[in-house]
Amino acid sequence: MIETFLQTFDTGNGFWNPLIWIIAFVVIFLIVVILRGFGNKTYKKNTGQTKAFLSGNQEYEKNQMHVKASNLYWGWIESMKWVIDGLKKMHTGNVSDYVFWFVVVMGILLLFVGLM
Amino acid sequence: MIANIPYLAVVGLIVIGLSAVLFRKNIIKMIIGITLIEAGVNLFLITLGYREGSIAPIWTSSPGGVMAYPVPQALTLTSIVIGVAVTALMLSLAIHIYRHHGTLDVRKIGGDDQ
Amino acid sequence: MSFLDQLIIHGPALLIALPLLGAFLTPLIGRVNDKLRNLFVIIILGITAILILLLAQEIFASGPITYVFGSTAPYVGKETVIRILFEIDALSIFMAMIGIILSFAAAIYSWAFMEKNTGLDKYYALLLLLTVGMLGMVLTGDMFNFFVFLEITSISSCALIAYYVNKAKSVEAGFKYIVVSTIGALFVLMAIALLYGQYDALNIAKLADSITFSFVDKIALVLLLAALAMKGGIVPMHMWLPDAYSRAPASVSLVLIGTTQAGLYGVFRVLFTLYGNVIELPTISMGWILVILGLLTMLVGVIMAMIQVDFKRLIAYGAVAELGYMFLGVGTCLTVLANPEVTLAQAPFAFEALKGGLFHVFNDALDVGLLFMVAGAVYYATKQTSLNSLGGLARNMKYTTVFFIIGLLAVSGVPPMNGFASKLLIYESTYQLNPILSIVAILASIMLLAIFVKVFHAAFLGPALPQFEKVKEVPKSMLIAMGIIAAFIVLFGLFPDLIVNTIVDPAANALIDNTGYLQWLTGGA
Repeated sequence: MIETFLQTFDTGNGFWNPLIWIIAFVVIFLIVVILRGFGNKTYKKNTGQTKAFLSGNQEYEKNQMHVKASNLYWGWIESMKWVIDGLKKMHTGNVSDYVFWFVVVMGILLLFVGLM
Repeated sequence: MIANIPYLAVVGLIVIGLSAVLFRKNIIKMIIGITLIEAGVNLFLITLGYREGSIAPIWTSSPGGVMAYPVPQALTLTSIVIGVAVTALMLSLAIHIYRHHGTLDVRKIGGDDQ
Repeated sequence: MSFLDQLIIHGPALLIALPLLGAFLTPLIGRVNDKLRNLFVIIILGITAILILLLAQEIFASGPITYVFGSTAPYVGKETVIRILFEIDALSIFMAMIGIILSFAAAIYSWAFMEKNTGLDKYYALLLLLTVGMLGMVLTGDMFNFFVFLEITSISSCALIAYYVNKAKSVEAGFKYIVVSTIGALFVLMAIALLYGQYDALNIAKLADSITFSFVDKIALVLLLAALAMKGGIVPMHMWLPDAYSRAPASVSLVLIGTTQAGLYGVFRVLFTLYGNVIELPTISMGWILVILGLLTMLVGVIMAMIQVDFKRLIAYGAVAELGYMFLGVGTCLTVLANPEVTLAQAPFAFEALKGGLFHVFNDALDVGLLFMVAGAVYYATKQTSLNSLGGLARNMKYTTVFFIIGLLAVSGVPPMNGFASKLLIYESTYQLNPILSIVAILASIMLLAIFVKVFHAAFLGPALPQFEKVKEVPKSMLIAMGIIAAFIVLFGLFPDLIVNTIVDPAANALIDNTGYLQWLTGGA
């Protein structure tokens, strides 16, 4: 009985039952909420307790505090610079280049299929 | 050999049209290149239906004899109509591009995104 | 016969005729009242959806349906003649379900999203024409008919992409799309002419019956594969896809996903059904070509997506990466099918891979569609498209944020959403072909998660910026459309076995074994 209930989505090499996952998620969520309930519930509003804490640094105006999208993942983009520059050079806006790649792929496929 | 001339013309038209799309910088010349490719494919479709010494496939008061196949002619008519619509659409878009950019050079209208 | 039986018999023709009639009546009704026209479009698409569900029930019960336009049977006496034939089998109705869900959501979404624009009569007429083209491409059983519907789709979508004619970028994107699309379609026509010249048949079933793998057939296969893969956005021919998806209105991007996947349907139909009888000749396996193209698509898609700053362009590159998964899954199956030494029973992972690839077609359409609708909602509320100028929107737009989280989890394959179910199938089956395929697929999934978390932080998290103080939640019709797609995503994620056994399994069976497609041939001739 438990076997047929568990094996709902059979991939041929294993199985995955989303309902078991949801039950596990709910259990863990309840544990987290109970642990959170052991904390301190009182705080004074509108004093220094509710301001953001930035390790003692000063908070600038909101627009400067938000990390912009082009600065995220800077490290990964810097380390893959050779791949990214090559790809950016490939992606010109020129429609002749789009058709050029089509002809190249067709040529390569013709070579493969013709030599069979 | 003479029977193969239409097929050679088809290959020639398609190659010339494709090279016009690939190597020309003016948008209007690229549209003319696409029209050439269409002409080549239509010629190929029509040539498929021809039989040696045949007459037009019309039954009314026909002088008898072998008739050319009518099905490729129907396919070619459909393709010509589609080609006209697409050419009209491309030309109207070219007019809009000229109004916005002032140039018809395909390298300059590429846009500055990656 | 009852009304329902008549409806099912004439169903294929009604599926094309009803939206087409609606497309031509829409400008007339638009002269009377605007809201009436919007309601009319939604009702027409709703009736088409109900028809598709009825036909789906019939097909899953008793095999493919054929419908001949203008006659009773596609044969005269003992000969099969050239007649326009619609042949709907399980794969066709699967793709039609995807298409109609996307179109229906787009029509509801456009009620509020496009309200302030002019020229909306033409917009709704073109939207219905695009639906007609997409449904025609997947329902037809005739190669030249496929070409005609392919051209209808590309002309309508070009006009819709260039909808904002006052902006230079939209017009450029429309021009690039129509040039690339026309060249692809002309090469498809060339391949159809080659096949017609050899076998005097335009019917897919008749061609599949009489095809031999001569040299001209090989050229036709390569032309069809390259041109339809270009329509389907496979690297390195994918470059029109980010331009077209990012500069079209958001509801149009939604339906464009459906047309891109109809192009992929063309690849599968040609490879598995048209060349199905000869694919086992000792050849370099076509499957490996598909697998390598799929890997390339995934990698280039995620790497290019990482560096974008425009919201919709980033989602478009993510869509390119997702297309690679479909090719990977289907290509894995083709490597086993085309190998004459291994039968399908000895390698059961191939069938699982095919099911994973086809299920992923449906999931990808829903996930990326939801993300495009969220991008449109953010644009509607803040009039900004660049991610560098957004921030802190989760405080103002709560429902949109929840929908974005659902889309983020679904696209990157996190349980319990539907993306995880189809990606699990693909991971587990491609691992058995070659472990590297599975590793690259998991890597691409992780990078998709990274990319969309970047978008989530840049647009929704962060402090409340002063310029977005007055931003309100988007109107209800957009929320309803997003809610419909999100409900499908969660439903597919919670009950994947139901969906796979009911919808995907018959489609995969119809692809592997093309005798069901050919069975009407022996009926008369």
